[in-house]
Amino acid sequence: MIAAAQDLWLSLRRALETLGAMTLFLGRLAAYTPVAMTRFGLIVEQVFNAGALSLVIIMLCGLFIGMVLGLQGFELLQRVGSEEALGVAAALGLVKELGPVTTALLFAGRAGTALASEIGLMRATDQLSAMQMMAVDPVRRVVVPRFLGGVIAMPFLAVIFSAIGIYGAQLVGVQFMGVDAGSFWSQMRAAVELEDVLEGVLKSFVFGVACSLIAVYEGFNSIPTAEGVGRATTRTVVISAVATLILDYILTAAML
Amino acid sequence: MSSAKTAAAPVPGAADANDVIVEIRDLYYGVGRRQVFSGLNICIRRGRITAIMGPSGTGKTTLLRLITGQIVPDRGTIIVDGQDLAKMNRRQLYDLRKRMGMLFQNGALLTDLDVFENVAFPLREHSDLPERLIRHIVLTKLHAVGLRGAAQMTPGELSGGMARRVALARAMVMDPDMLIYDEPFAGLDPISMGVVLRLIRQMNDALGITSIVVSHDVHEISTVADDSYLLAEGRVVASGSPKELHASHSAIVQQFMTGMADGPVPFHYPAPDYTTQLLVRDKQ
Repeated sequence: MIAAAQDLWLSLRRALETLGAMTLFLGRLAAYTPVAMTRFGLIVEQVFNAGALSLVIIMLCGLFIGMVLGLQGFELLQRVGSEEALGVAAALGLVKELGPVTTALLFAGRAGTALASEIGLMRATDQLSAMQMMAVDPVRRVVVPRFLGGVIAMPFLAVIFSAIGIYGAQLVGVQFMGVDAGSFWSQMRAAVELEDVLEGVLKSFVFGVACSLIAVYEGFNSIPTAEGVGRATTRTVVISAVATLILDYILTAAML
Repeated sequence: MSSAKTAAAPVPGAADANDVIVEIRDLYYGVGRRQVFSGLNICIRRGRITAIMGPSGTGKTTLLRLITGQIVPDRGTIIVDGQDLAKMNRRQLYDLRKRMGMLFQNGALLTDLDVFENVAFPLREHSDLPERLIRHIVLTKLHAVGLRGAAQMTPGELSGGMARRVALARAMVMDPDMLIYDEPFAGLDPISMGVVLRLIRQMNDALGITSIVVSHDVHEISTVADDSYLLAEGRVVASGSPKELHASHSAIVQQFMTGMADGPVPFHYPAPDYTTQLLVRDKQ
């Protein structure tokens, strides 16, 4: 019993230490951001790596999640005779919740792991040490552009995810289930406010900061061995997923 | 009688203060419970090739990391080009590093850049030179290491020897005062090894720089080094020219220079008595 309590205390302390270290690392990244912005080409390259290269998986998942939402929503709304409200239900669900959260989870799995393993391997193969020896700070040259690339890419990915998702819901609801197209689109336009869209964008921005920070932190602090890089990659996915869901609850509660 | 100086003999040959580019005094450094250096003293002379030799695990690479300020000693002084590393801030350390070039054991080329961009990297980071001039400098350095034709290749397409040569071109692209080589011959075939050896000598003589070469390839390094230090048990056990080290009667120097399996550096890692251990195991 005492041993279990000690283990729990140690785990909690380690988690708090990691959180503190990540916060300090975020401060360091923020301090370098103005300098990094002067070399925007490096950031654009990372927006491409984190964003454009994740587009196919984001669009594909967005389409199918939208289609499932269309099916389930239609089935549910039909019971209360409000199937015309399918557009509103799908749009609000996707824009405010499913879009940002699912995009963040997919981002952590594709771009986050790529970031963590790339930086971890750079450490393991002495590339970061070589930069330091060339009087180049690897945090400024390698980490900050990758972090900013992820932060910039995430809201765009979430918007694309939601747009494709709405199309998927329309495909099932209107084309397959026979919901009136005019009702679907007009009710959606009438009910979805700009604040709803901004709420989704804000959430995806926060998730972008969290997931990108976790990925670059884990990669930069990984043990420089094959096992260490593998562990950093796994931790990136697990911590990002948990952080996304916790932050989602906090943000949703705050913006209600 | 050997003229190699054993124990704490810091400077091979006479040297005045201006002649010394790196001076290490009474250095102590440990990792965990393991003491890597205890009272290390070394002086590296300007314009010469100095070999740092020693069995595996004696801290040769750690010494390079200490000299370049990548890690901090527990005690002692490291003076590089007249500046005490302990008293330097980050900016001063980076300024010093701009005058140093380092060749890592595996080349450490940036894998997201091609050969040309790898060599151009320090220039792009530290200068506003026009593209034409950068191209000219990079091609000159690549030509010097015989790889001008490989400028568009990626690091993944290079052999170990080629990667080492590209890394050498990158290390000297800023025209440093000092070049540091970490195990430059490890894993190279005889031809590549010969090429790297020739390049080390050529660069040192043609550019008038100081070279520090960490290696345990005794025969290869002996052909180019002017001075050498042999490290063991956390300190310098012998110093002098490679010829002097070869002629030394010290048991540890002889074991290292002739590659004997057993001697002052034991073949067996410390363990309990063999028979006792086997019998205990049988009983279990």
